[in-house]
Amino acid sequence: MNPTDIKRPDYFHKVVDCQWACPAHTQVPEYIRLIAAGRYGDAYLVNWRSNVFPGILGRTCDRPCEPACRRARVEEGSPEHRRNAAKPEPVAICRLKRVAADYKDDIRPRLPQRASARNGKRVALIGAGPASLTVARDLAPLGYECVVFDADALAGGMMRTQIPKFRLPDRVIDEEVGYVLDLGIEFRPGVRIDSLRALMAGAIGGRFDAVFVGSGAPRGRDLDIPGRREAAAHVHIGIDWLASVSFGHTTRIGRRVVVLGGGNTAMDCCRSSRRLGGEDVQVVVRSGFDEMKASPWEKEDAQHEGIPIHNFLVPLAFVHDGGTLTGVRFEKVRPVHDARGRRQLVPTGEPPVEFACDDVLVAIGQENAFPWIERDLEVAFDDRGMPVVDRQTMASTHPAVFFGGDAAFGPKNIIWAVAHGHEAAISIDLACRGEPLSNRPPPHVNLVSQKMGIHEWSYDNAIHADRRYRVPLREVTAALKDIRTEVELGFDPRLAYAEAERCLNCDVETVFSDRLCIECDACVDVCPMDCITFTANGDEADLRTRLSAPAANLAQDLYVSAPVRTGRVMVKDEDVCLHCGLCAERCPTGAWDMQKFLIDAAHAADRLHPPRSVPAAAEAGAMAAD
Amino acid sequence: MTYLAKPKLHHPALARNALGLTRRDYEGAISTLCAGCGHDSISAALIQACFELGIAPHRVAKLSGIGCSSKTPTYFLGNSHGFNSVHGRMPSVLTGAALANRDLIYIGVSGDGDSASIGLGQFAHALRRGVDMVYIVENNGVYGLTKGQFSATADKGSKSKRGAVNHDEPIDLVVLALALGASFVARSFSGDKAQLVPLLKAALCHKGAAFLDVVSPCVAFNNHPGSTKSYDYVREHNEAVNRLDFMPERDPIAVDLEPGSVRDVVLHDGGTLRLRKLDGDYDPSDRVRAMAYLEAHRAAGEVVTGLLYADPGARDLHEALETVAAPLNSLGDADLVPGSAALDAINASLR
Repeated sequence: MNPTDIKRPDYFHKVVDCQWACPAHTQVPEYIRLIAAGRYGDAYLVNWRSNVFPGILGRTCDRPCEPACRRARVEEGSPEHRRNAAKPEPVAICRLKRVAADYKDDIRPRLPQRASARNGKRVALIGAGPASLTVARDLAPLGYECVVFDADALAGGMMRTQIPKFRLPDRVIDEEVGYVLDLGIEFRPGVRIDSLRALMAGAIGGRFDAVFVGSGAPRGRDLDIPGRREAAAHVHIGIDWLASVSFGHTTRIGRRVVVLGGGNTAMDCCRSSRRLGGEDVQVVVRSGFDEMKASPWEKEDAQHEGIPIHNFLVPLAFVHDGGTLTGVRFEKVRPVHDARGRRQLVPTGEPPVEFACDDVLVAIGQENAFPWIERDLEVAFDDRGMPVVDRQTMASTHPAVFFGGDAAFGPKNIIWAVAHGHEAAISIDLACRGEPLSNRPPPHVNLVSQKMGIHEWSYDNAIHADRRYRVPLREVTAALKDIRTEVELGFDPRLAYAEAERCLNCDVETVFSDRLCIECDACVDVCPMDCITFTANGDEADLRTRLSAPAANLAQDLYVSAPVRTGRVMVKDEDVCLHCGLCAERCPTGAWDMQKFLIDAAHAADRLHPPRSVPAAAEAGAMAAD
Repeated sequence: MTYLAKPKLHHPALARNALGLTRRDYEGAISTLCAGCGHDSISAALIQACFELGIAPHRVAKLSGIGCSSKTPTYFLGNSHGFNSVHGRMPSVLTGAALANRDLIYIGVSGDGDSASIGLGQFAHALRRGVDMVYIVENNGVYGLTKGQFSATADKGSKSKRGAVNHDEPIDLVVLALALGASFVARSFSGDKAQLVPLLKAALCHKGAAFLDVVSPCVAFNNHPGSTKSYDYVREHNEAVNRLDFMPERDPIAVDLEPGSVRDVVLHDGGTLRLRKLDGDYDPSDRVRAMAYLEAHRAAGEVVTGLLYADPGARDLHEALETVAAPLNSLGDADLVPGSAALDAINASLR
């Protein structure tokens, strides 16, 4: 293999599994270290820069970072795991984020200031959800006049209307949406855009230089089976019902409730029902339990509240008595895999089963709907009715129209909406300045040694054996009493510290210098995970079999050096490195060093307000000077 | 040295041996030696050898004297017996232990100061008695603990870190061991585990006095130009006479080598040493020629490594003394104090 080019930002970025997996590339280990140090405000700002809504995401994020977390992979090799078959678990990244939001001091003075002068460009943002707010946050400091339209009275979009208050209280939304709107963004509540043509013609709020569509996936899929029309009064579409609950229009539901669907919306529906008079609430899903779209922790939370989940049942009909819903009838199915490995649901032939109920909530998916975008506006749509959007630039086929969030590629989640928002903001800024959208700014990268003394590092390199800590919950009966009472209490600072110490600091990288190495083998001998090998070079497939431990995880790279004195190469398998720094501590010549790799994805506002390259180190220096 | 304990986590795919143990189960406390010390590599090689042989750690006794090398038994086989003895006196303590309990596997760890200076007499007698042990000298040619004076194994003409030239003749412990009747003699290099691990495995299975001289660079005081015990010097002047594969009895022996290049030596327990010859003339069963070969190459500034001499039929101390098969420490009073009638019988037999 050729020597690894560690100057390529992607190389070490990929080693930071959590940050690489995060659509917004949040500097996870960096903020976790700050939490461990009790610097909650700093931790919050590291988050805010990347993901805009740390308090909201710390309660609701889909956490793509956690399945990626190296901690789970290395715990598979713990003696404890061997003895008890204890389940290896990632760091509770998401709930640590909430800690930063809960315990920070007033960070308002540290947020960007309103632009002192407008740059003369106007941007319309349709929908006041996470995508639009991210675009506005990134563009406003550059002097853009951002106008956000939303049909609702308050900004926040689906974060406010679809996520129940017992998971995400209004005050958290108010605070974080407020930080964005306070940047001098104009919010026009209660304005539903019914015609893109009219907006672009200047008929609504004047002329705009660019339009961002962040209108979400607002239409809940219906279930057209017998009885649907007759029993309509007691069959509700999940997301519409959640919004109605959120606004306080709906305050009661029947005693017996069936929720159809296996996604996170279904989980929100069933748990909300439990709080609005539903005593006998059941979730019924077509697929198996493990294939359900809902996140594992959301399923756990529902079951914790005494809600059974029934699987492999396909709805046949709404059963009614003269228009009054009495139940839902299901056909039992079982999964069969065809020759191509695709799963199909085949009826078992058993008699149908009926679940008696007073209300049904249908949460079987969401759809996009763009009846308000005229099809002759140069905004092209594909045959599924979705806009044609560039995955990197978020540009539509119209040079001044951009999409993001669920409106772009269908329902995803908040963190993807934020990521889309950042890219769209960069594109809008480029477009408004007449530059090609391909002129995208590079990320900010910093790689700096963490050595403080012979055996001292500026990070806590000891590996803590603790298992993942559970987030304390409010007691169930108390939690079910009021739909606005938050269930999760969050980590307290002591628990947060303990959980933070589980983080392996994967952003502190092992950096190798072939010129300094004397091949004493000290690093090979001390490495607890057998990551390091000195051997004859070969191609990657061959090298992977010849290492101290086989490198079977192809998703993780090999770090290969230039030849050392004996002509061999150093090969390090990044897969289960603990980043403990023992290789560097045992290295007599400094051929190994532990260097913190900080990568900051580019944001539009950086053009005028570049990020501080090493926030933690810079402040540590300032503290020392005091 | 390192302040952190080595994390207990290990690679998820870490191999297990016949006892169900991983290599990590053979480790000791984390080393407090200087970073990069060759001795740590020797500890790692011992860990690997004991793991591969499937030796139960509690069946091993580690004995050492004084010095950097003699600290190392703390850093491997944490679940074995250990005895850190007086400077240069490890061979006597080991001999005593081996006499008292012949059931254990004895590893004597010493250094060039401990064995070639203060303990030279002890070294000599333990080898000539044929104590069943593996005697390892971690040889760096320098007194590291007292900041780098020449030791008795430093080559004449080699330079200290400060530039002083050594004018004394070196003691070659390998030649001495051959002369004294050690029945397994090898030299290796801490920076070459591919050579060292099989040699250690073979030595651990050898019955009788096995001696290994392992050149182990002192990174702090003897790894500079002008040293003959530095990583660079040993790599440039390493003259390996053979490569050893050690195969325990139970493994089938695959014959896939060209005839004439390989020589198999069967050990007393049925294990096989397979030697791949690198120097066509070298014969590890000829003690006299081995000594001449070593002297000739030393004069040329070369470091001869590999299995230099092995006598698979050697007798050990217990055979020579005709001790009982049961370990002496397991005998009860009735066996050890047979009474006046037995004494009378012995006395009568001498009249």
